[in-house]
Amino acid sequence: MTLAFNAALCALILAAALATILGRGIFRSIMFFIVYGLLMAVAWVRLDVVDVALAEAAIGAGLTGVLFLAAFGRLVREGAEAEPPRRINPPAAVACVGLTAALTWAWFSLPIPERPGPQLAEALPRAGVENPVTAVLLNFRAWDTLLESIVLLAALIGLWMLTREDDWRNRLGLPQHVRPGGVMSGFGRVLPPVGLLVGVYLAYVGADRPGGAFQGGTVLAAVGLVAAMTGLVRPPRISAPGWRAVLVAGPLVFLVAGLAGALLGTNFLTLPAPVAGGAIFVIEVALLLSVAVTLTFLVLGPPEGENRR
Amino acid sequence: MSALVTLLVLPLAGAIAAIALPSPVGRTAALAAIAATTGAAIVLMATVAFQGMPRLEMGGWTPPLGIVLVADGLSVALIVMTALVMASAGLAARHAFAPGTAGERAAFGFWPLMLLLWSALNVVFLSRDLFNLYVGIELLSLAAIGLVAIDGKATALAAAMRYMIFALAGSLLYLAGVVLIHAAHGTLDIDLIATRTAAAPDGLALALMTAGLMAKTALFPFHVWLPPAHAGAPAPASAMLSGLVPKASFAILLRLWFDTMPDRASDGALTLIALLGTAAVIWGSLGALAQVRLKLIVAYSTVAQIGYLFLVFPLAGGASAGVPWAAGAWTGAVFLALSHGLAKAAMFLAVGHWMAVAGSDRLSDLRGLAQLMPMTAFAFALSAVTLVGLPPSGGFTGKYLVMTAAFASGQWAWALVMGGGGLLAAAYLYRPMAVLFARGAQAGAAPPSRARQAVPLLLASASVALGIASAGPFDLLAIGRPLAAEEGL
Repeated sequence: MTLAFNAALCALILAAALATILGRGIFRSIMFFIVYGLLMAVAWVRLDVVDVALAEAAIGAGLTGVLFLAAFGRLVREGAEAEPPRRINPPAAVACVGLTAALTWAWFSLPIPERPGPQLAEALPRAGVENPVTAVLLNFRAWDTLLESIVLLAALIGLWMLTREDDWRNRLGLPQHVRPGGVMSGFGRVLPPVGLLVGVYLAYVGADRPGGAFQGGTVLAAVGLVAAMTGLVRPPRISAPGWRAVLVAGPLVFLVAGLAGALLGTNFLTLPAPVAGGAIFVIEVALLLSVAVTLTFLVLGPPEGENRR
Repeated sequence: MSALVTLLVLPLAGAIAAIALPSPVGRTAALAAIAATTGAAIVLMATVAFQGMPRLEMGGWTPPLGIVLVADGLSVALIVMTALVMASAGLAARHAFAPGTAGERAAFGFWPLMLLLWSALNVVFLSRDLFNLYVGIELLSLAAIGLVAIDGKATALAAAMRYMIFALAGSLLYLAGVVLIHAAHGTLDIDLIATRTAAAPDGLALALMTAGLMAKTALFPFHVWLPPAHAGAPAPASAMLSGLVPKASFAILLRLWFDTMPDRASDGALTLIALLGTAAVIWGSLGALAQVRLKLIVAYSTVAQIGYLFLVFPLAGGASAGVPWAAGAWTGAVFLALSHGLAKAAMFLAVGHWMAVAGSDRLSDLRGLAQLMPMTAFAFALSAVTLVGLPPSGGFTGKYLVMTAAFASGQWAWALVMGGGGLLAAAYLYRPMAVLFARGAQAGAAPPSRARQAVPLLLASASVALGIASAGPFDLLAIGRPLAAEEGL
């Protein structure tokens, strides 16, 4: 039964992947890409890594799908949705097949790893949280996570550099128009409360079960997008000081927590075992807010004027 | 708090301040962060030179669980070079990105992107953890792409897009290699991996990571993104992009081939890498000869100069690692990287001044500018001396060390590449110099103040000083060097 399910899942993933790259039409490729992301999320669940599954579903299928659809919408409006040539690019095909073959060979030549490793199991009681993934992300390898939260910020500043000079003071993204009482505005009222609950819950349980600030933040970002797209809230301008403060809150709190360790005579980013749990909670709350707002802004895109197509 | 922590935290804090605080305050905070980080870099260099290598275990966890950062000679040499370039770019940007001069968008975006780039460079130069290095080059690439796009013109956006595709493909290849290494050895720490016995996928991992890092370093044939990206950015951004960014991925390559897996290098692979370097020297030089815009000439010259760095692999790696001249070749390559960083940044900043006066960087529009701005012309000429490799510059010291190793090892072909590349550099740098020093200055906008003209001159002088006082940096680089030097070579 398990084997049959796994085999079917693998076949579906391969079929969705092939349909994405070989199918006719950009729109169809995007749809298959979203399906592929969701199937991958199921596969991660089968492999017992629910944290990765959550991230894959939320970012790989969800937010990336929204971005692709938005880009496709623009191509249509510009009248530029030309059918890409269906010709296979030989060098790219050879490179991809070669890489796949090499990685497959490597996979078979590798030993099956111990999970969790002995060092991790030994140190986990001092981490302040029970979920080993959260322990790695916010304690053992907190330096990586701090930098990753900064990477998000760098991506947003880079995106804002694509703004046209005249649009800099406009609101983020394209202006949205929604028919009052329509399906969209109905969604705008039903989805956000549910999403808020799920997002906050995911972040909260991250301490001892799968979840955490990044996964929860992605769900909250989806709430923000729905609220913006259905006209429930108007996106802010880049100059809005409050929103900018929320953007940097996560990295800033993380940095201050790290410095506290250095100033108190231990190492940078040291969270002493008795207070580690509390410190991680505070950092996660700040990260949750920053991740949610940064992702929302990233998907909304740079400010664009009312008069532009 | 140690200089190491300060160096990592200050640019991050500066970037956060520049994003969160309103315009004049954020800008002041960014400038303060630039000044303080420069100071921290120099303090760290002094620490390494006089007290040994500081080591920072993040969060108090030791590998394989935690991440360790170590400042050795290579780290601090690159960090101080970075600080000099960043401080100069910051001084130039005070005017280029002043609120009235640049648009609101660029005046806001430049400072956080610059400081994030700096943070990423410091992380890459210090980290001993393969995944942490990945996060570092991700941050580096994203900040660099933003700086390419900051100009806002359609050509700049197209260049940024192409750069992003190459950079992300490179990241993924590198990450695939990291995953294989972690699966095989259960650790990401460079020094722990070095002690493990070789596993079957090590060669594949090394190949994937090297290919990814080559794409990010813009080594031939992955160089196509570099000239439009570096030439399309504003001068202070170009100075950082060309002088500093390729050095980060090159530094990781040095760490991989000499620190992490010195015994996995095959002679064929090492020769192939150096052949690609040779092709880069030739192709980049020919490209520079063919351009009529000075910024493109300077950008193509980066393609060529990056090629030299890759000659180090057959001269110091693999079977050559045990021979007496290996340390000389390795040190020479680092000298070349340092002096290129300083000289190339000086060149771009000088070109920025000329573009402000002449309104264009076409060679025909730059005629006689040396009479109008002698200091910047002198800076350009000094930088050219370094890039050609004439004594007493840092470029000469680097080439001398590498060529000595090439002759000592009997691999004299690589010495020919060095010499030939120098001749080609003289050829493509002669054209702008001839125009600049020709008679008949054209009237344009008023030249910048002497103080601003002095900035590229100071950088160019530093690249020459690296050769005049080469003993200091030479000894510094020996601290923590993977290869032991032999006296008298």
